Amino acid sequence: MMLLALVLIPTAGGAAAFAVRPAAWRRGLLVGTALMHALVTALAWAQRPAPVFGGWLALDAPGLLFLSITSALFLGAAIYAVGYLRRESHGAQQDFEEGLIFRNEPEAVFIGCLLLFLATMTLVMVSQHLGVLWIAVEATTLASAPLIYFHRHHQSLEATWKYLLVCSVGIALALLGNFFLGVAAAGAGADGAPVPLMLADLLRGAPALHTPWLKAAFILLLVGYGTKMGLAPMHTWLPDAHSESPSVVSALLSGAVLNCAFVGILRAFQVCHAAGQAAFAADLLVTLGLFSMGIAAVFIVSQTDYKRLLAYSSVEHMGILALGVGIGGAGAFGSAWHAVNHSLTKAMLFLVAGNILTVYRTKSILAVRGVLRAVPATGLLWLAGFLAITGTPPFGLFFSKLSILKAALDQQRTGIAALYLGLLAVIYIGLATAFLRAAQGEPPAEAAPERLEHRWLAHAPPAVFGLIVLCLGLHLPGGLRRLLEETAALLGGGL
Amino acid sequence: MKMDFLLVLVILTNLRLLAAGRLGASIRVVALQGVLVGLVPVLAPEHGPGWRACVLAAGSVALKGWVIPWLLFRALREAEISREVEPYVGHVTSLLAGLAALGVAFWLNDRLPVLEGTSATLLAPTALFMILSGLLLLVSRRLAVSQVLGFIVLENGVFTFGAGVMPETSLLVEAGVLLDVFAAVFVMGIALFHISREFNHLDAGRLSELKDV
Repeated sequence: MMLLALVLIPTAGGAAAFAVRPAAWRRGLLVGTALMHALVTALAWAQRPAPVFGGWLALDAPGLLFLSITSALFLGAAIYAVGYLRRESHGAQQDFEEGLIFRNEPEAVFIGCLLLFLATMTLVMVSQHLGVLWIAVEATTLASAPLIYFHRHHQSLEATWKYLLVCSVGIALALLGNFFLGVAAAGAGADGAPVPLMLADLLRGAPALHTPWLKAAFILLLVGYGTKMGLAPMHTWLPDAHSESPSVVSALLSGAVLNCAFVGILRAFQVCHAAGQAAFAADLLVTLGLFSMGIAAVFIVSQTDYKRLLAYSSVEHMGILALGVGIGGAGAFGSAWHAVNHSLTKAMLFLVAGNILTVYRTKSILAVRGVLRAVPATGLLWLAGFLAITGTPPFGLFFSKLSILKAALDQQRTGIAALYLGLLAVIYIGLATAFLRAAQGEPPAEAAPERLEHRWLAHAPPAVFGLIVLCLGLHLPGGLRRLLEETAALLGGGL
Repeated sequence: MKMDFLLVLVILTNLRLLAAGRLGASIRVVALQGVLVGLVPVLAPEHGPGWRACVLAAGSVALKGWVIPWLLFRALREAEISREVEPYVGHVTSLLAGLAALGVAFWLNDRLPVLEGTSATLLAPTALFMILSGLLLLVSRRLAVSQVLGFIVLENGVFTFGAGVMPETSLLVEAGVLLDVFAAVFVMGIALFHISREFNHLDAGRLSELKDV
């Protein structure tokens, strides 16, 4: 029942949002639905909900972990969105880059799609059948495409088009991967019967899976879901979509959607691990992870647009997640923990970037100066976010990055550890230059702090996210630690 | 035997598509291919199709043979875009690339382990060929509509493989996959409409008019 409620609450809310007329009610509906979703998710911590539909939907440790992240982020983003939509609801506006006139998408469509998007993401987390998982991941793409196109001008249209096409093609390859897995499982059951694509059945029957087909399936699933996760070199849609969509959507894309695709890869990895092919899968993950970090480092250092900078930082962190799972051991634990930290921090940064965009009306790193003076709260959060995302102690990211490094060193993989540290250092320098420059100095004459209305709504959600990341660094609560350990154990790792 | 005949037809539609110069013709070829591919679930099981396979086939023929082409023709009419496919590479080159892709598909098929559960020798190579030519269409065509066609061909390839080797999968999953593909093309159709409108809007003369006001 609880699982059904988790999926149905946002679905119903989304459908209702298309029908509700008064803008204030609709915004209330958005926050109310987000709150209810978060409450049910919190209840799932107290008692794991029972599987429904004969086990097709169930909540295991990775599911609960990523569901909690998504739910918390969505609640924060919904509150932020209320202030954002109030600021944006002034009819036609002028594009600050080219001076074109454009309108926003109808707010009903935006809020409706936002809620349906939450429903599809929830379905990803709770599906135990790989086919349903695939359907849900593709549905997240379709529900979020209209969100990227909130500002109806040609740049956001281009970003939406790339997102739709690149992700759909990637996910079509993941479907082929699912079919390959089906072929691998065709004769793996008792008496040569086929094993269904249910996770539990696949894990039980894994040793009998046909190895070459399994390997091919893993490659396709990795490339397919990796496209959506933003692993280089399939990340091309990511910087465009993240920079052109409204900041509240960027926050959700980076903090929640990328995790959805990561869940898809984790499921495939679980099967490979159970089939005794963990080494093969792990090597692929390590390679793609380091490559993503490398690509991110190159583009971060030479970046001139601060939202694209944050997007490339997401590519980097997705690389770290893949690397952690690939290294295994304490790395798998670190990776799961890192996912929590990264989602919260990146959502915080995108929301703060939205505030900066409102005040300065430019995305250029060079044009933004003196945020600390113009809007002190935004400036402080911007600096705190910088410290958090680069993994400065005592923020949580420091410890999760450290446990991945420790795992690499424990296994005497010094080359990987050195490359990891080197890339992190380059990225640190790139981010420091951009972030500190924006925070300090005199604000230019074009900056208009008075444009940032509804300041509580604009600052409270990112501040809470930042505080949580800080607290996670200072003390990891027992319940979360157990959940992370359980997740890591499913991936063949642990502390 | 019937299956292999069908698959040869599918390969021919693919080659025709790569050589097509007109958008309308391309959409019709993709519709025909959708119908052919929709028949795969009926022909694949060796002991005759069950009711699930028939439902799946009916749904997918209706969707790919009728609904999706109708959507695309509508987008084409509303957008009033040029009737040419406007390839980045010429028709001869893309046909030659298609033949190369066919060769690659057969080579890949030899390297894959033997498929059990199907007697159709052409199944895997045809599916791979469709996936490769879908990717080829995606990268070699300039117009957004052609890219949607490329995506559909790619998906047809994946569908052919799935329906051919796993006739006994759950109906719910198959229906969900079909629904997703339909929704994807639908959303892409809306995006097409906006793209056409946006490009009219980007007309340099009209932009200065707005500024004067």
